[in-house]
Amino acid sequence: MTPGAPRLTRRIAEVGFLAFCWAATALALIALAAILWSLLSQGVGGLNLKVFTMSTPAPGSEGGLLNAILGSLAMCILAMIGAVAVGMMAGTWLSEFAKESHYGKVVRFVNDVLLSAPSILVGLFVYELLVRPMKGFSGYAGALALSLLAMPVIVRTTEDVLRLQPTALREASVALGAPVWRTIMAVIWKSARGGMLTGALLAFARISGETAPLLFTALNNQFLSFDLGRPTANLPVVIFNFALSAQDNWRRLAWVGAMLIAVAVLAVTIIARLSTREPKRS
Amino acid sequence: MTAVADSPETGPSRTAKGAVFDRGFEYLCFAAATLLLTALGGLIISLAIGGWPAFAKFGPAFFVTSTWDPVGEVYGASGAIVGTLVSSALALVFALPLAMGVAIFLVELCPVPLRRPIGTAVELLAGIPSIVYGMWGLFVFAPWFAKHIQLPIMGAAPPGSLWETITTGIPNGTGILAASAILAIMILPFIAATLRELLLTIPPAVRESAYGLGSTTFEVIRKVSLPYVRTGTVGAVMLGLGRALGETMAVTFIIGNSHGFPTSIFASGSTIASTIANEFAEATSDMHTAALIALGLVLFIITFAVLALARLLIGREAYK
Repeated sequence: MTPGAPRLTRRIAEVGFLAFCWAATALALIALAAILWSLLSQGVGGLNLKVFTMSTPAPGSEGGLLNAILGSLAMCILAMIGAVAVGMMAGTWLSEFAKESHYGKVVRFVNDVLLSAPSILVGLFVYELLVRPMKGFSGYAGALALSLLAMPVIVRTTEDVLRLQPTALREASVALGAPVWRTIMAVIWKSARGGMLTGALLAFARISGETAPLLFTALNNQFLSFDLGRPTANLPVVIFNFALSAQDNWRRLAWVGAMLIAVAVLAVTIIARLSTREPKRS
Repeated sequence: MTAVADSPETGPSRTAKGAVFDRGFEYLCFAAATLLLTALGGLIISLAIGGWPAFAKFGPAFFVTSTWDPVGEVYGASGAIVGTLVSSALALVFALPLAMGVAIFLVELCPVPLRRPIGTAVELLAGIPSIVYGMWGLFVFAPWFAKHIQLPIMGAAPPGSLWETITTGIPNGTGILAASAILAIMILPFIAATLRELLLTIPPAVRESAYGLGSTTFEVIRKVSLPYVRTGTVGAVMLGLGRALGETMAVTFIIGNSHGFPTSIFASGSTIASTIANEFAEATSDMHTAALIALGLVLFIITFAVLALARLLIGREAYK
């Protein structure tokens, strides 16, 4: 607006702009509300005890999601164990040892690429790495794919949180005679554990709803099985298969599964968010 | 070692107990960091090796032809590539203005007590799993979209015009445009969150002086805030685009999954990710698998380029 621009034009532009911002936010909130509402309205009706006590049914018969829920949990937990172990160490290396070194920058960039790489490509990678040589889909392959997706999130948050720890803390520990490894494990990790836990929760939220990489690593299994060396049932793939089927009971179960997954993911996200500070205007 | 027995370099008494493990600990951390590099390298190499038969057999034709025929063993990726680029670009066109609106609302307009709840709500939108978006998109959004958007647009098109050509399609609510709309909802929170972080980095004095000169909010945003965060904004947009390009399940549900060139915004199409998701587990011949992996490599190259550019642009400014 030039200084001489008519007052009215400025007023109109301002009002239109503010209205647009309000409307955009309202639209985003409406979308969220609409999704949650459909999940609840379609999912709660199909919710009963059988969902948690029976395995996925054959067409037309009764059943639940027990095998899928257990399979998902087993793979996610296994994936998280691997991702936390490697992610924490790698994040620690970036924050404590890499400093501004060249290799540190490369690893940081690689981690960013992994963080945003399409998850389906991680599935393809694990297929080539594990499924094809071993000639079979398996729960372990699914867990590895999920682990590769969770890892970069943990690396990133670990590095960020460790960098926030004051140098004085490290110096104090070293001055008391602690070796570096004990300083990091007993002092730095301990003081940063809140932030690291948040990172792990966000990573868990990310992988628990992940479908694409499981389609051709864990595949699916109609029966309850505790053998991760074989194809393993999991919620996301069951939802995908059931949602696109023509069977009414399958579709109903797909909605129940979608609701369970969304509620779990959103709950974990909210818990993780509650523990972090709101960004302040600088 | 005469007078200064306790100088830091010499005296063993100065070495902390257990310091022998320091090396080992550092190596362990280093190995973990290197594992990340190995993972990315392995991903690229395995896609290249797995896709090689397809590249070798079809050559450049793989990228420019759009025949995708698993029975006749002829594969051309251009339909899926174009589908990916068009749906993501359209998603960005819808999502960017909305994300800007949301970010500006959260930073400038939102009443303070509502700031955190609304901010969290927008972030929850980012947390909803892709498959849930897919189901919702197919069963709830698509019928609504067909009735309230697709039919009116198709009805309004004058017969015989270009407008009619690009809006023909089966009015069932699935297709390229519907997929873009769902994608837009999915990437909106990512762009909005990054923009919000960027807007928060602007020094208050800069904005306040603009207000002090009598600017309206619109003028402050347009002439002070946005120019201040310009490069970072481009980076945020690229990050959103990266998300959209690789998004799989939601698109698979709603894009219609037909091979070949999309001819209209309501026609069904396919993206690279949706093609892989639909066909990979059921691929029967080796060439089919190879062609799908080759598609994966193409997708990786596209997203990698976009993300590298984003990091470059954001890195210059707000990032870090």
